[in-house]
Amino acid sequence: MTTFSEQFPIVFQALNVGFLQTLKLFAITLIGAIPLGLIIAFGSMSNWSAFGFLRPVVLKHVNLRELTWWQKVQVWFVTDFKPVRLLTRLVIWVVRGTPLMLQLLVIYYFPGLVWKNNIWGSGETGRFVASSVAFVFNYACYFSEIYRGGIQGVPKGQQEAGQVLGMTKSQIFFKVTLLQMVKKIVPPMSNEIITLVKDTSLSRIIALQEVIWAGQAFMKGSQGISGAIWPLFFTGVYYLIFSGILTLLLGWAERKLDYFKA
Amino acid sequence: MAVLDVKGICKTFDKNTVVLRGIDFSLEKGESVAIIGSSGSGKTTLLRCLNFLTTPDEGKILVNGETLFDADDPATQKESEIRRKRLHFGLVFQNFNLFPQYTALQNVMLASELLAKEQPDYHTRKKELHEEIRQNAEKLLKDVGLGEKMNLYPHQLSGGQQQRVAIARALALKPDILCFDEPTSALDPELTGEVLRVIRSLAEQKMTMIIVTHEMAFARDVADRVIFMDGGVIVEQGASHQVIEHPTQERTRQFLSRYAEN
Repeated sequence: MTTFSEQFPIVFQALNVGFLQTLKLFAITLIGAIPLGLIIAFGSMSNWSAFGFLRPVVLKHVNLRELTWWQKVQVWFVTDFKPVRLLTRLVIWVVRGTPLMLQLLVIYYFPGLVWKNNIWGSGETGRFVASSVAFVFNYACYFSEIYRGGIQGVPKGQQEAGQVLGMTKSQIFFKVTLLQMVKKIVPPMSNEIITLVKDTSLSRIIALQEVIWAGQAFMKGSQGISGAIWPLFFTGVYYLIFSGILTLLLGWAERKLDYFKA
Repeated sequence: MAVLDVKGICKTFDKNTVVLRGIDFSLEKGESVAIIGSSGSGKTTLLRCLNFLTTPDEGKILVNGETLFDADDPATQKESEIRRKRLHFGLVFQNFNLFPQYTALQNVMLASELLAKEQPDYHTRKKELHEEIRQNAEKLLKDVGLGEKMNLYPHQLSGGQQQRVAIARALALKPDILCFDEPTSALDPELTGEVLRVIRSLAEQKMTMIIVTHEMAFARDVADRVIFMDGGVIVEQGASHQVIEHPTQERTRQFLSRYAEN
């Protein structure tokens, strides 16, 4: 099969199958990372301190100027050591500070090679689950920082207005803060979501059969077509169309929230 | 019996910024008190203490004889009970703090609706309760002269209109004591009149109020009593005409003469 018109139906069919896998990974990542990011955001803002109840007592009886540096560390440990916040920010640092491609490789190969127990199984399903875990966790960390910015960007007075009206903390979050935060984060989230469309192609590194993989197959030889580079280039059209649709959708969401100013 | 008794309230921020140095005063039912004093004299902090937005270091707060707060008794400082205690007070903020995503009417209704959900018979009387809350909110908005504007969002209202919505919102929960934190300071001069008129009519209806203000003429004409604060203490208090026209303390005289110059 050498003519383009002969190749096209076969390639089109294969790329559609690949792009379906791309879409699935995209959807799962959003469904998982949007709520997980919120939990991580709360972790990174947590003020919980293991010895917080001792804080007033310690501050009352201690004069920081008279202490040695080691005693100051001890005072800090009692008054300002926030394990949840510290741990969460450490995790965010590691996840944002290393390449997603590396995270995919580690998550997919580590259990099998190091624990001698490949929890993902060997087939396409296993690769998909491993990719999903890597993507959800990675994107949740990025989302959490966007959420944190959004929550902290809502004026303190909004929370106080809720408090003096007798609302609970969760009522204040869900009825007052949340929508104002959502409005603030739509533009940066749009950016991340568009990036995610293209980042899914990184799962090619563990041979997930997404659209790039499907396009590449025709270079090596598949279904009687080999040495064809155009299918790989053609995958770009899929990404373009999909990110175009998303841009329209996210723009619509942004306009929907234009009914109020915050 | 006094509606409000404040005894020996002290507050220090960051270990050495003393803001309140022992504030004592009481308030009779139906009485309105204006608190005057220069910036940094502790007026706002005092209001925030009454509304449990700031926790005093020392002192007691009693409403209708019930101890709402006692710095020496941790049992009075439980987060779960503070929510209920706040409902004795209403607070109108300097910069309104309306919820931008809700209409004027929804702003007034929100807290009442959330509280109604806690009633045991909420599910059987849902419609009826909702209707009551809506009618009450509509009446309050008509009373502050915003009957025509109740379906507009805060950004569609002028500053004076927003502040009147905020007053209606605070009144919706029928507080025993309504506090105003410089309610006209964020307004253009031509908009202060409409807000002051609303507060004046509340005074005529014998609403118990504490008004922190820089409007001396208003304090003199509307409040029953004036408290002058300076450096975290009450320097002088008495009948409003007495304090503003014939102050007995030198510091009060200095403060008022600076005002007269402007």
